[in-house]
Amino acid sequence: MAEFELKKYDEIPIGGVITGGATPELNKTGDWRSERPIWDEDTCIQCLQCWVNCPDASFEISEEEIQGIDYEHCKGCGICAEICPVDAITMKPEGEGSEDE
Amino acid sequence: MSNGNKEVLTGHQVVANAMRQVEPDVVAAYPITPQSEIVEYFSQYVADGKVDSEVITVESEHSAMSACVGSAAAGARTMTATASQGLALMMEIVYIAASMRTPIVMAVANRALSGPINIHCDHSDSMAARDSGVIQLYGEDAQEAYEFTLMAQRLAESEDVLLPVMVTLDGFTLTHTAQVAELLPDRAVSDFVGEYDARYPLLDVENPTTQGPFDMPDYYFEHKLQQVDAMDNVPDRFLQVQEEFNDLSGGSYDGLFETYKMDDADYAVIILGSTAGTAKVVVDELREEGKKVGLLKPWLFRPFPAEEIKDVLLDKEAVAVLDRSLSFGSSGPLYLEVSSALSGEDTKPRLYNYTYGLGGRDIKEDQIAEVFEDLENPDLEDKMRYIGARQ
Repeated sequence: MAEFELKKYDEIPIGGVITGGATPELNKTGDWRSERPIWDEDTCIQCLQCWVNCPDASFEISEEEIQGIDYEHCKGCGICAEICPVDAITMKPEGEGSEDE
Repeated sequence: MSNGNKEVLTGHQVVANAMRQVEPDVVAAYPITPQSEIVEYFSQYVADGKVDSEVITVESEHSAMSACVGSAAAGARTMTATASQGLALMMEIVYIAASMRTPIVMAVANRALSGPINIHCDHSDSMAARDSGVIQLYGEDAQEAYEFTLMAQRLAESEDVLLPVMVTLDGFTLTHTAQVAELLPDRAVSDFVGEYDARYPLLDVENPTTQGPFDMPDYYFEHKLQQVDAMDNVPDRFLQVQEEFNDLSGGSYDGLFETYKMDDADYAVIILGSTAGTAKVVVDELREEGKKVGLLKPWLFRPFPAEEIKDVLLDKEAVAVLDRSLSFGSSGPLYLEVSSALSGEDTKPRLYNYTYGLGGRDIKEDQIAEVFEDLENPDLEDKMRYIGARQ
C-alpha cells in the first residue's frame, strides 16, 4: 500500500470525488478473503463465465483467454467456482490455498 | 410583479409549472399523498411536449432519490418531489445526495409521519431531514413555493454551495387549494436558471472520476467539513439569488426570513409555512386594538439564520415559537434553534414553545390570539403548550 499524504479539507475535491478514475485498481481490496479460488488451467475450457460473472474484475484476461486470478482484488466470494461448468475453479481456505498456488 | 400572468392554481400546479420552466434533464419520483399531483402534472407536461425532460418512474422513493443521485452525478439537472413516508424512505439517499454534493431540487409536500398513519399536514417529515445536509426553504403560500423552487435551482447550483435544496409547502393547505399565483414568462425563467454545468460529470469520459467512494476515518471528517463550508455559504448566496430574482420578478425578497410588523413589536410569534398567513391576520387584528405584536417567518431553516434572527428578537418582551412537529423528549425543532440563537445574551425576550397542527389539526385565528395573550403575562410558566389538543 502506497503512503498517501493526508490533505486538508479544502485541498481535496468536494463530495468524495476522486479524479483520474482507476480507483478500484489502485486500492488493494483482496486482503479480507477467507477462501481463494484456485484455477486449473488444464481443466479450463475458456468459456469466460468466471470473467463475466466476477463481481469485481479479478480474472486476468488477454487474447480472450483467462490468464490467472488477481488476488489483490479477489474477495473470495466463490461465484466463479460455482459458475464454472467444468469445475476448473475450486475454493480453498487461505493458507491451504497459498500452498497450491 | 409585473411581467407574469395571474392565474388561479393549486400548489401542485405552481410547483409543476416551476419544474416545467426550469426544464430539468431528469425527474425521478414515486407517488405519495399529498405530493403526487406535482409529478402527475409535470409528467403531463412532458407527455404533451411542453417540456423536454426524462421522467423516471421507479418502484420506491429510495429508488427515486437513488436515480436522482445517479442522474445528478452524471451531470444532469435533476429534480424530484415527495412527502412524509416517501421522504422517510428516501432519507438514506438524501444524506448521500448531500454528501456527494448533487444539487438536486426537491419539493416536499409536508405531511405527518406515521404512526398513527395520517395523510395531513405537519412538519415531522422535513424536520426529520434537517440534519441530512440539504438546504431547507419553507413557503407560506403557492407563490412562495413557486418562487423558491426557481431560486432553489440557482442556490443549489452555486459554485460554492452545490447542495440539494428541499422546498417545502404544507400538504393539502397549500398543495390542494387553489390560490392566485403569478407565474413568470417561461423565457424569463430559463434565462434566470441558465445552463447547468456540473463540476465533475460522471459522463465526461475524457476526465474519468470515481464518485461516492468508501471513506475511511482519515477522510470522512474532512468531507463533512466541506459540507459545513458549503452550508455556511448559503445565506449570502440566497440573498444574491433573491436580488437577481427581484430584478426579474419585481418582487421584494431581501432576507433569510420575513418579518411582519416586527419593528416596534413587543410580542412576537415565530412560525414556519402556511400558518404564518393565519398569524398575519391575527397580527393585523391585534394591531387594530393597539397591541404591539409581530410575526417572524423563517424562509430558510437549513442553514438556520441564527445571528440574523437574534438581532430581530433581542429587544422583544416575549416570543412564542410555534412548532408543527415534535422532538420527543426535547423541545420543538424550531424552538431549539431560536433558543440556541438567543443563548449567551443577558437581555433577551422570554421564550416559549408551542406545538400545533399535528396530523393536520387546524389552527384558528383565536388560538394564535391566545398565544399573544399568554405572552403578555410576565409570570407565564415556561413549559410546552399543545394548541388545540384535548388534554
